[in-house]
Amino acid sequence: MISVGLTHILILSTCLFFIGMYGFFTRRNLITLLMSVELMLNSVNINFAAFNKYLFPEKLDGIFFNVFIITIAAAEAAVAIAIIINLYRSHNSIDVEDAGEMKY
Amino acid sequence: MITMMMLTDILLALKHELIISLIIFLLLFWKIRFDNAHSEILMGLVNALLLVAVLFVWFEPIETLLFNQMFGSNALTQFQKSILSLAMLLISGLSYHWLKNNANRIEFYLLLLSSLLGMFFMISSANLLMFYLGLELSTIPLAAAANFDLEKRKSSEAAMKLILSSSFSSALLLLGVSFLYGCSGTLQFSEMSYALVVSPLSQFGFILLFAGFAFKISAVPFHLWTADVYEGSPVPVTAFLSFASKAAVMFVFVSVLNQVFQSMVQTWFLAISILVFLSIGIGNLFALRQENLKRFLAFSSISQIGYILIGILGDGSQAAASIYYFLFIYLFSNLAAFGVIGIVSEQTGKESISDFKGFYQNNKFLSWVLAIALFSLAGVPPTAGFFGKFFLLIAGGANAYLGLMIFAALNLVVSFYYYLRVVKAIFMDANESPLPKIEFDFTPKIALYFCLAAILLLGFYGPIYEHIVHISKAYSF
Repeated sequence: MISVGLTHILILSTCLFFIGMYGFFTRRNLITLLMSVELMLNSVNINFAAFNKYLFPEKLDGIFFNVFIITIAAAEAAVAIAIIINLYRSHNSIDVEDAGEMKY
Repeated sequence: MITMMMLTDILLALKHELIISLIIFLLLFWKIRFDNAHSEILMGLVNALLLVAVLFVWFEPIETLLFNQMFGSNALTQFQKSILSLAMLLISGLSYHWLKNNANRIEFYLLLLSSLLGMFFMISSANLLMFYLGLELSTIPLAAAANFDLEKRKSSEAAMKLILSSSFSSALLLLGVSFLYGCSGTLQFSEMSYALVVSPLSQFGFILLFAGFAFKISAVPFHLWTADVYEGSPVPVTAFLSFASKAAVMFVFVSVLNQVFQSMVQTWFLAISILVFLSIGIGNLFALRQENLKRFLAFSSISQIGYILIGILGDGSQAAASIYYFLFIYLFSNLAAFGVIGIVSEQTGKESISDFKGFYQNNKFLSWVLAIALFSLAGVPPTAGFFGKFFLLIAGGANAYLGLMIFAALNLVVSFYYYLRVVKAIFMDANESPLPKIEFDFTPKIALYFCLAAILLLGFYGPIYEHIVHISKAYSF
């Protein structure tokens, strides 16, 4: 029976991060893009928690960082959704391709 | 036990942050009590308080570390915060007309001042957590501010691009921070510089952090959002984005690279050389073909970022001093250019270079201001911009690759072409129906005169450069 170590968790978080990045580059719906970014941020959270627990358990730096990442991600999502709602009002769509008036 | 003496020290170390917070609360309460009534008094009050924040630069600086060593304050951060306050004050003065006719002027100040507060905390950060908080506080309100023209399609597109690219870049930056934390076990800058050993993981973490920084200053492979956001946002927000947010990140970038990542100097020396090459080259190439003035200034600011990055390649405090000096001068030339464009676009809605043909016929003063600002951006000798670029190239020339320096110097010539193209349109090109005479108030006039005086005189006033060299020697590294 193999116990779960730091490596397993890092592999999980790296996979999550790049799944998020893949979603960010391929999806066209703005809400989905936002979700992809959240996925990337959450993978970073896992990283911090894992490093803190396995390598530096005597201080809580990583856990503090988690708390702030979660809070800021919420603030960012709030502003982003407000912007998306306004974009929907002017463009009648939340597809990235439809908001492409400015180029080069 | 906190004694009275210590408390005053803490308050004095936090004076810039406190005064900006005070303005923010004042605006909030004013909005609740009076809504939009008496807003001219309020704007005067806000400008006066911002002026106080600028004048804090003459206070005796307090050198201290607060909040569990997360927040550092010294003469250098005090100087940098005053520069940013000055930028905010000038933008507020230059966009006076636009604000007076805008129903949401209180929110405009709230957003930009929150962003300014975030920049202050970022500049003072001595810890990666504090740095991240400051960075986010400075970018999230800016995305909302980019959407300030709520009914314009381009404005919402710009805000969407800004918030998505900035959240993506901060995710990259955070992944880098998490790896650096895993390698060193600390978030404190001073401890990290010792604890960090060069290993593949720490280098990967560093490169991600570096990419996050490069996104924020929009150096070339990471610049794709810049021009669109500049074009779509209202002019005062563009001016703030193009100077304040770049300068604040640049201040931190210089000190973080030299303090924390001294052990990885070989990695970042090469990375920055590549960024310089691409930023100058591509910034100039794209600036050549722009018709919209804001887009044109966006690409010119990308190439300016390339020149600023040359300064980082130099040695220690001399490099830092040349960068701070350049940014100080860039403040006036950039804001003067954006100020004129803002005044014109607010009253006539015209922003493209062809609209400015024959601009000199009816608007002599504005034409001269714009022309001198562009000369300073290009680096023509009598203006201050020349001295800024001169010191940057001297500092960078100590270490940088010879080929890179030659490339940068040749590209100065290319940049002359596109800056002078605008000047030619203003003064020489014939136009049947040039823009009419544009009237503007006392406040923007003072701000323009101030920028003009600074551009023309700063280069000849030596003590400022000496002061900057002095404080960056004492506090950089």
